[in-house]
Amino acid sequence: MDINDARTVVTVLGFVCFIGISLWAYSGRARKGFDEAALLPFSEDDLPAPDAGRQTKEGNKNG
Amino acid sequence: MQSQTYNYKVVRQFAIMTVVWGIVGMLVGVIVAAQLVWPELNVAEWLHFGRLRPLHTNAVIFAFGGCALFATSYYCVQRTCHTRLFAPGLAAFTFWGWQLIIVLAAVTLPLGWTSGKEYAELEWPIDILITLVWVSYAIVFFGTVGTRKTTHIYVANWFYGAFIITVALLHLVNSAEIPVSLGKSYSAYAGVQDAMIQWWYGHNAVGFFLTAGFLGMMYYFVPKQAGRPVYSYRLSVVHFWALIFTYMWAGPHHLHYTALPDWTQSIGMVFSLILLAPSWGGMINGIMTLSGAWHKLRTDPILKFLITSLSFYGMSTFEGPMMSIKTVNALSHYTDWTVGHVHSGALGWVAMVSIGAMYYLIPRMYGKTEMYSTKLITTHFWIATIGIVLYIASMWISGVMQGLMWRATNPDGTLTYSFVESVKASYPFWAIRVLGGVLFLTGMLIMFYNMIKTIAGQKAYEAPVLAPAGAHA
Repeated sequence: MDINDARTVVTVLGFVCFIGISLWAYSGRARKGFDEAALLPFSEDDLPAPDAGRQTKEGNKNG
Repeated sequence: MQSQTYNYKVVRQFAIMTVVWGIVGMLVGVIVAAQLVWPELNVAEWLHFGRLRPLHTNAVIFAFGGCALFATSYYCVQRTCHTRLFAPGLAAFTFWGWQLIIVLAAVTLPLGWTSGKEYAELEWPIDILITLVWVSYAIVFFGTVGTRKTTHIYVANWFYGAFIITVALLHLVNSAEIPVSLGKSYSAYAGVQDAMIQWWYGHNAVGFFLTAGFLGMMYYFVPKQAGRPVYSYRLSVVHFWALIFTYMWAGPHHLHYTALPDWTQSIGMVFSLILLAPSWGGMINGIMTLSGAWHKLRTDPILKFLITSLSFYGMSTFEGPMMSIKTVNALSHYTDWTVGHVHSGALGWVAMVSIGAMYYLIPRMYGKTEMYSTKLITTHFWIATIGIVLYIASMWISGVMQGLMWRATNPDGTLTYSFVESVKASYPFWAIRVLGGVLFLTGMLIMFYNMIKTIAGQKAYEAPVLAPAGAHA
């Protein structure tokens, strides 16, 4: 088997792997995990408390 | 646990330097654009177009874009993993090391130290420093992911992770070189192999530095600013892997009609066409995140930046595959059309998504809920958008014009136009480009003023680390 056969095999395996990932992503099994992961940015509020920084009187006066 | 805070210091440093280097890089861009209109501006050898042009590209991609990626990835990975940044000493090293690399670039490129490889011009001592900083970045990032308190790794972190790994690989392979003195080295490759490795690097720098990294940014900041989770998480997974599997092959489209074997050129073209699908998957996913909340676009200028950046991403990732078709490339290659295409991606997508993310980050770094002036963000948005449209439209026109003039022949087979005639015909469009660039730079100066006013009188803020809701760990 020469090196080009190995290259072909790797390319085909890459393609098969991608098809596998797509099928898995669209199967029902992945759904619960995806729904949880999608909410990760909202698992906490990243707005600072009002007294977090030193607020000057004219601070936050948005034009 | 209660008293632990997120590492905001390194995020803050990178966020501020994003704005600073953005101004520097775009100022150099305006200067080189002006040098094309007024050649008298090439006043000295170290300020010559040929030396300032790589300084411009390095400054906007690696200084401005790089700092934006460091800042947002460090913020996103901590907050979505509910844990403090891993190895804070190394994180500080990535900041100071990266700034040193930028300063070294700003000194050596005007001095004429260059390895001559586009987007990889920096000489071998700086290449080694880049490697050290990048390995540290990988340790900090993946260390944080490894010590996460959540079950899942959020999709933005997958994109950031792919960007970090791939850039390490690209940099190591493309920068293989034989040093002959402190400031001079020669590529380890020769001939067409050197060209192919250079554009394997070059196009994947676009694909992983300027696309995957900024998609990571998009997947965190668009949902956060819109206040809704990403439109389709499974689409994000599929288009992530599609990008990973196809981008690596697209590089040969930079070498159409060269000594590169024909089949390699065709593979580059085919994979560039396939890339349209995963690229538009990301664009649709980002824009549709706003579905049902479109009214927010009217009042929120940060969302305007983020969503407009996705529109430009969609436009330039449609234009790119079209330009990779060999017959289209025969017209577009070496013309201003390419320059316009790059800037539709660089200004429209990369800069606008970064600017939106910085407007989100900067107030939070100082314990505030919003920037000093929301009106000034709106002003910035419109000035930047008009600047981009002027830039891209002028380059489209001059690019197609140049391509048509270069290929025009008389009935006897001689060329209709000399090269300098096409240069002369390009002048008005180059002048419009300068105007577009000046407008975009003006927007960045407004942002700098807004940032200074936001920070003034505020103490640096560190947010507490909270256990994830539902406590998966």
